[in-house]
Amino acid sequence: MENDTMSSTYFRYLLRLGDTALIHAHRLSEWCGHGPILEEDIALTNISLDLLGQSRSLLTKAGDVEGKGRDEDALAFHRDERNFFNVLMAEQPNGDFAFTILKSFFISTFQVVTYSGLEKSEDVALKAIATKSLKEALYHQRHSGQWVVRLGDGTEESNKRLLDAINELWRFTDDLFAHDPAMDALVSASIIPASTALHHAWLEKVSATLNEATIGIPSNVFMMQGSIAAKHTEHLGYILAEMQVLPRMYPDAKW
Amino acid sequence: MANQNTQWDLWEVFTQKRSGAPFEHAGSVHAPDAEMALQNARDVYSRRMEASCIWVVPSHHIVSSTPEDMGPFFDPANDKIYRNPNFYKTPEGIKFE
Repeated sequence: MENDTMSSTYFRYLLRLGDTALIHAHRLSEWCGHGPILEEDIALTNISLDLLGQSRSLLTKAGDVEGKGRDEDALAFHRDERNFFNVLMAEQPNGDFAFTILKSFFISTFQVVTYSGLEKSEDVALKAIATKSLKEALYHQRHSGQWVVRLGDGTEESNKRLLDAINELWRFTDDLFAHDPAMDALVSASIIPASTALHHAWLEKVSATLNEATIGIPSNVFMMQGSIAAKHTEHLGYILAEMQVLPRMYPDAKW
Repeated sequence: MANQNTQWDLWEVFTQKRSGAPFEHAGSVHAPDAEMALQNARDVYSRRMEASCIWVVPSHHIVSSTPEDMGPFFDPANDKIYRNPNFYKTPEGIKFE
């Protein structure tokens, strides 16, 4: 990295991707044993494990960029809420199945466009992570996207539940592509893709699927933002408390 | 009694380990349609790279022989051991798996 600012921006960018995968993985893991059918229970937890794998690679890479000797565990378990950069959508509670599916569809599509952009990164290590993760994200997108269509274009009840979900979740969609001017240098250096282009690609895919699902995009929604500056909704703290309690109580525990 | 079967349709899953290999029955999944059956099959039966291709077939499309068929179908082969290749000499160097 050319200078410290660029390096610390890159560190936060990697945390953003890694934390998003980690927190979304944690939310999906909450479905373990609660899936609507056995097959879906397995699918959601499989996806959760894929995401956990992605977060491990990304947090390890973030630790390398930071250069202070912090590994994936140190970053996952020994940071507080105001140092987590996951997108706000990832930390939202699961709600019902339709809510989880729509959240999953929005986030996996965010990951598909992001990882696709990162496949062209000048940073070969990040490029390799993106290539591996993209395959997984494409499957996650297919899984949730198929469900979005079936729920939206299904019964009166499934349609209503999906509508409730989009009315609640749409406000977090701009936050997925929040931009920090400090990131411009990384974009110019072709290390990361520009978020406006990603937002456009995301909207195109999401609109097509929602259209197929006969679900309209809500208008005049107040957009929540904050994750780019590690400002979160009330829900993240509770997830971290649950996720971090063991390694913080027993810092040297091995398992 | 009312129909208590609220499950989705049953689909039989066949997986192929690698291109060219025979498809083998892996088990079954419940799913509302073909695409979801494929996804469920992928999640249940190919989580550890067991397959490179998957078939799903609605279970009611499988035609099976019945236990009553057992005698006429299979017994006549009982006393025709000449249909087995036991009486041929195997060239040297041939290996059995």
